Amino acid sequence: MTSLPATAPAKKLGLVIDLDVCVGCHACVISCKEWNTGGYGAALSDQDPYGAEVSGTFLNRVHSFEVIPEGGEIVGEAGEARIVHFPKSCLHCDDAPCVTVCPTGASYKRTEDGIVLVDEDMCIGCGLCAWACPYGAREMDLAAGVMKKCTLCVDRIYNETIQEIDRVPSCVRTCPANARHYGDLADPQSEVSLMVAARGGIDLMPEQGTRPVNKYLPPRPRQVLGAGSEQALLAENTDGATGFFAWLDGVLERI
Amino acid sequence: MKSKPRVELSRPVSDEVRKTTCYMCACRCGIDVHIKDGKIRYIEGNRDHPVNKGVLCAKGSAGIMQHYSPARLRAPLLRTGPRGSGEFKEISWEEALGIATDWLSEVRADDPKKLAFFTGRDQSQSLTGFWAQQFGTPNYAAHGGFCSVNMAAAGIMTIGGAFWEFGAPDWDRTRLFIMFGVAEDHDSNPLKMGIAKVKKNGARFVSVNPVRTGYSAVADNWIGIRPGTDGLLILAVVHELLKARKIDVDYLMRYSNAPWLVIDAPGTAEHGLFARDADGKPMVFETVTERVVPKGTAGARPALSGRYTLEDGRNVTPSFALLAEKYLDEKYAPEAVAAETGVAAETIRGLAAEIARTAFDEAIFIDQPWTDINGERHDGYVGRPVSFHAMRGLSAHSNGFQTARALHMLQVLIGAVDCPGGFRFEPPYPKPLEAHPTPHGRAEHFGSNKPLSGPHLGFPRGPEDLLVDAEGRPQRIDKAFSWDAPISAHGLMHMVIANAHAGDPYPIDVLFLYMANMAWNSSMNTAGVIRMLEDKDPVTGEYRIPKIIYSDAYASETVAYADLILPDTTYLERHDCISMLDRPISEPDAVQDAIRWPVVEPDRDVRGFQSVMLDLGARLKLPGFVDQRGNSIYKDYADYIVRHERRPGIGPLAGFRGTKGDRTGRGAINPDQLQRYIENGSFFSAHIPLEAQFFKHANKDYQDFAVRMGFFDTPQPVTFQLYSETLQKFRLSADGLREPFAPETHRQRIRDSFDPLPDWYRPFEEASVEGDKFPYHAITQRPAAMYHSWGSMNAWLRQIHTKNPLYVPGPICDEHGLKDGDWVHLISTHGRIKVEIARMEAVNSSTIWTWNAIGKRKGAWSLDTDVPEARKGFLMNHLIHELLPPKGDGLRWSNSDPVTGQAAWYDLRVRIEKAEAGETSEPRFPAMAEPGGKREHPEQLRYGQEWAK
Amino acid sequence: MHPALSIIVFTTLSGLGYGLATALGTGLLDPAATATKAAHLLALALIAAGLMSSTLHLGNPQRAWRAFSQWRSSWLSREGVMAVLTFLPLAASAFLAIFESRYEPALGLAGAALSLVTVYCTAMIYASLKSVQTWHTPLTPLCYLLFALAGGFSLSTFFAAMGGGNLLLSSGLAAFFVCLAWIAKLVWRNRMNTLRPISTPETATGLGFIGKVRLFERPHINDNYLTNEMGFRVARKHAVKLAALSFGLGGIVPVALLLGLLALGAAHPAVAVGVALLAVLSHITGMLVERWLFFAEARHAVMNYYGG
Repeated sequence: MTSLPATAPAKKLGLVIDLDVCVGCHACVISCKEWNTGGYGAALSDQDPYGAEVSGTFLNRVHSFEVIPEGGEIVGEAGEARIVHFPKSCLHCDDAPCVTVCPTGASYKRTEDGIVLVDEDMCIGCGLCAWACPYGAREMDLAAGVMKKCTLCVDRIYNETIQEIDRVPSCVRTCPANARHYGDLADPQSEVSLMVAARGGIDLMPEQGTRPVNKYLPPRPRQVLGAGSEQALLAENTDGATGFFAWLDGVLERI
Repeated sequence: MKSKPRVELSRPVSDEVRKTTCYMCACRCGIDVHIKDGKIRYIEGNRDHPVNKGVLCAKGSAGIMQHYSPARLRAPLLRTGPRGSGEFKEISWEEALGIATDWLSEVRADDPKKLAFFTGRDQSQSLTGFWAQQFGTPNYAAHGGFCSVNMAAAGIMTIGGAFWEFGAPDWDRTRLFIMFGVAEDHDSNPLKMGIAKVKKNGARFVSVNPVRTGYSAVADNWIGIRPGTDGLLILAVVHELLKARKIDVDYLMRYSNAPWLVIDAPGTAEHGLFARDADGKPMVFETVTERVVPKGTAGARPALSGRYTLEDGRNVTPSFALLAEKYLDEKYAPEAVAAETGVAAETIRGLAAEIARTAFDEAIFIDQPWTDINGERHDGYVGRPVSFHAMRGLSAHSNGFQTARALHMLQVLIGAVDCPGGFRFEPPYPKPLEAHPTPHGRAEHFGSNKPLSGPHLGFPRGPEDLLVDAEGRPQRIDKAFSWDAPISAHGLMHMVIANAHAGDPYPIDVLFLYMANMAWNSSMNTAGVIRMLEDKDPVTGEYRIPKIIYSDAYASETVAYADLILPDTTYLERHDCISMLDRPISEPDAVQDAIRWPVVEPDRDVRGFQSVMLDLGARLKLPGFVDQRGNSIYKDYADYIVRHERRPGIGPLAGFRGTKGDRTGRGAINPDQLQRYIENGSFFSAHIPLEAQFFKHANKDYQDFAVRMGFFDTPQPVTFQLYSETLQKFRLSADGLREPFAPETHRQRIRDSFDPLPDWYRPFEEASVEGDKFPYHAITQRPAAMYHSWGSMNAWLRQIHTKNPLYVPGPICDEHGLKDGDWVHLISTHGRIKVEIARMEAVNSSTIWTWNAIGKRKGAWSLDTDVPEARKGFLMNHLIHELLPPKGDGLRWSNSDPVTGQAAWYDLRVRIEKAEAGETSEPRFPAMAEPGGKREHPEQLRYGQEWAK
Repeated sequence: MHPALSIIVFTTLSGLGYGLATALGTGLLDPAATATKAAHLLALALIAAGLMSSTLHLGNPQRAWRAFSQWRSSWLSREGVMAVLTFLPLAASAFLAIFESRYEPALGLAGAALSLVTVYCTAMIYASLKSVQTWHTPLTPLCYLLFALAGGFSLSTFFAAMGGGNLLLSSGLAAFFVCLAWIAKLVWRNRMNTLRPISTPETATGLGFIGKVRLFERPHINDNYLTNEMGFRVARKHAVKLAALSFGLGGIVPVALLLGLLALGAAHPAVAVGVALLAVLSHITGMLVERWLFFAEARHAVMNYYGG
């Protein structure tokens, strides 16, 4: 059924992505590809893999943005451009437009945990859900002709054949910078919810009305180097080597 | 509305998990390779592994595509077309090894130095070095000379170790982490994990890097320095710290040579050397008794300043007094260096203040009594929670050695080496200079059919240890350890082809290379190197470099230039050891090493390179490779790893030694050792006792532990060498005061660059070209998802970096009327390239850059000839020459650091000119054939489709 | 958005087909005339061709039947359902006209109404997408409906000229709908050209609080499904030319010809047939360009992540 669950799911499993530490290494991108190409549904194909037009299906991609501050709100960095690496996959929206547009019922949002999935056996590959998603979270696999998307590694997170500690999405498990966190965002006391509260986690494109489950933690505000300690440093200033050696002798006396 | 119960939630991932060690970069993470139906289903980080603790980078996860890449070589190859054509015929191993043995045995009997054996991406240097030593050629090194020898050599000569494999920041305790321009593809997972910890702990991360990508992007403070001026920035920080008296005097007195007395006798052969007693022990001035005593005298309180007269009348002064005087000079004041570094004076002062505040106001204390090397008991460890990391950015300049020295000095001045919260050594480091060998390779060290009398590489203690002849001429093909590059501890691989081509200092017969893409991205002046490889003697019609043997797993550009190819396996098909004898993976708290083993069997006629070396060694009857009867000692590399002993009881692997497998470090051969490693996840880890974990350079328990482990046979404490006597000896030679004298041609150069105290001078290329003709810097950065050139044959990784634009700072774009997608000529004193640009703001305003090694030659790596890598990708290498522009003296110096010979990749100066739009980057090269025949490429990959439900 | 030929052809042809069916459903043409019988067949053929064409872009067309199931939530499903439902009265009307030469008003009007509902459903597939702000307006279904009527009555004018019925009324209505459609379309275009994007790189990344956001590097260098599907860009100057062309061919030329028919009266039937045919062909050509632009000029929110 491509209507959204009538009542809010008991759980809202999702990701929290920390833009303050993502170094843009693409580890999550490839780990996702690797897990999912042999996992849920059809393989994630790559067209022209060794040729000029190489392009494949990915469920998670890392964009890089350059942000040029306007005005002086950012301490110590006004006027300094910065790079922000930006991983993006399905946000498992509460109001997922991709689900409601699906003509066949292949797209659905699970009532038990809010994960948005595609039943590939029912997917006709019309592509409308990809159009409906403002985030680019859905990609048609050109070999299989069905829509692929992040499953939140539904075949890992409940998988009883792997260790409990590994029952997290592949991207989260692999992230070397600890920029990806997974948990229940419906539970205000969950680690991810607390993180979102503490760091002012944000929704992407809130104006689209999709109410994403995944949250992004914005880069932390920067502090100027030496703020507060500069005065202290100058106070003990010594002019030239003579004064310095006099001080040094004093120190040696005390040791 | 219920969800459909149509998802299989608990499908087993694989049939079996095989744990081995990654080799997608030099990080050496532990990996769990999931095998399903005999194929690789999934590769993930090994949670128990001390290096990566479960995480894995993009390259590691893309191991599947690396392993199944069509660019894998399939069988030994013998060249049939001209060099560079890529035309080969497949031959048997027997034939290949027979040819190699013929070539090599002739050289060994005739003149062993006619073999130049250089390895690139080698993680088995203890074997390859041993092989070369037993062969008897003086011409062996790995690739450190064009990688990071500046950092390694400066570190060892200053504190007994450097970063990465020598030590790491105390990530859990550090409060301020400062990183100087670094390669995102090396040691990447530990750095990423560390940065994440720093951030999580609310500590500060400062990045000093002209380009704000990768790690710099997440730095709390980014200092977009002008390339090549880091040393000046560091010395300005030192100036500020001294001025504000924010140094750890007690630490300096105890652990450094700050109190050692330096002889002040200008014009004599001992000027600037340490005053020593009859036993050669350096002397200090004891302030209570006002006497000169040997260092380490119990109860002595040595002076750090003042001027004293020895009984024999010589004037001396503590080295620290020289140091303080030098850096307190106003030429190191922040205002004085701001213009040169491009860093505002207040930023430099802020950095110094932050370092001072963190080191001293946030000092930490760990309540763990310990004993120092002099027997003194301490209540605990005092920590200065400021830590540093640096690598390529500092190293790859012609002033890199001194810059790296400056950074190590800074750490010592604030007392932050091997303390809680600071930089911490990883066993077997620290290792004092004296524990390293001196280099071997002079004429008396080798001869026909005999081994070299000692290791090739090491550290000269002074000019007397150089590998030069009586006339001062270089003895090695790369001119390592000559007056050109006296402390070239890792050799100069980047000079080998040029020197061999020129027959300078002599011609060679066989060039033997392993996994180094010297005909493309690993050489400066790529087109020139290609010409040298192709060049023939007009008289004989023979190639100037007559025979080239190359081993690689993939059809790289260099394959096409070799005559004989020995195809290597992929990293999942081989045995390897990451050895304490080599470049281990220890952590500050633990001794660690690791193995690789074939988790899948090769499906081609390929062999692991190390096994091939053992085979060749046996065929050549090299001592150490054959027994008295001439039979080969080792079956293959796996056998060698287990049974080889470097010293009695000490072999390639430290773990599971002894007949019961219960000995660590030293112990008898254990035939089950590899199996034990495999059962343990392919690594071994032994913790350092708590009382030995810090101040390892002077910690008695650690030193005893190191002896037990077999790192040393006697304790080898390290006294940090802020003032380097070795460098001063070279200066005395340059001044004609101390024998051997430096040649006239080299004297000024040595005077300028061998300051015994860390120093800064302008990088050579910048100093030699006219600034207004070449106003900008051009450098490369390493993308985190690629490792050198080894990523483009990987169907998943190449999608991330299919081509590389030239990133041009906004102000330069505006000045030249450039916008995204425009084409430009980038011109250096050596050459020009034509490439497509992209604008960028988050970069030093005089620094143009691109990603490293994305550009590929047409036909290489088994890619189609029209791929973006070959059409629009490009190398900066074309702009960099292995020699500096000619100067008035008629000499052309190597484009290297004058101390170590480190290739000065990042000294490049350029100008930019708008060009007409193009379709293909320039210079262009003709396509090369695929070695061993063209492989049909699949139109699409559906990896794992057979496992889809 | 990528202007896929299959979808352009589908919306243009099915719009024409349903428009003609609507005109036929009003009983405008003489059910006994051969031309009217042909018109019925053509309407069905256009609708069928359009629907066939729409399945061409499916990844798995063999499962297309599943698309009827989600009519409660999906406009695409509703379109499919409506297309089938509409087929019944249209087929019945066609049967009556062809075999019994008669027009059943209840059936005809039902067919006409359902035809318009089907066109509305098609339009709502686009208009319901908040991710494509250009489309996300009630003006989109209004344009689709008016263009369907404009095309349908133009076609019916042709069949009227062929002897199927009242040429003057038909051409008058056609001219009226063409004018109305273009008024709606121009209002639609004006809205598009003055839109302030609700989503920007700043809202897409949440980094607007720091400053201006621009793409530095794509996640993967080459185009991917998303950029191929959503990243189509047409140069502004080309778009202006094409818009003028579509307005000329789809609006001014047909209206002039239709008004010419009005002036011509019934004097020259052969000329009238030619003029009506020209009007129809010109309109169709204009519509193809209009539909191409409808997709090509639409900017998808995802391009905020791709620098588009």
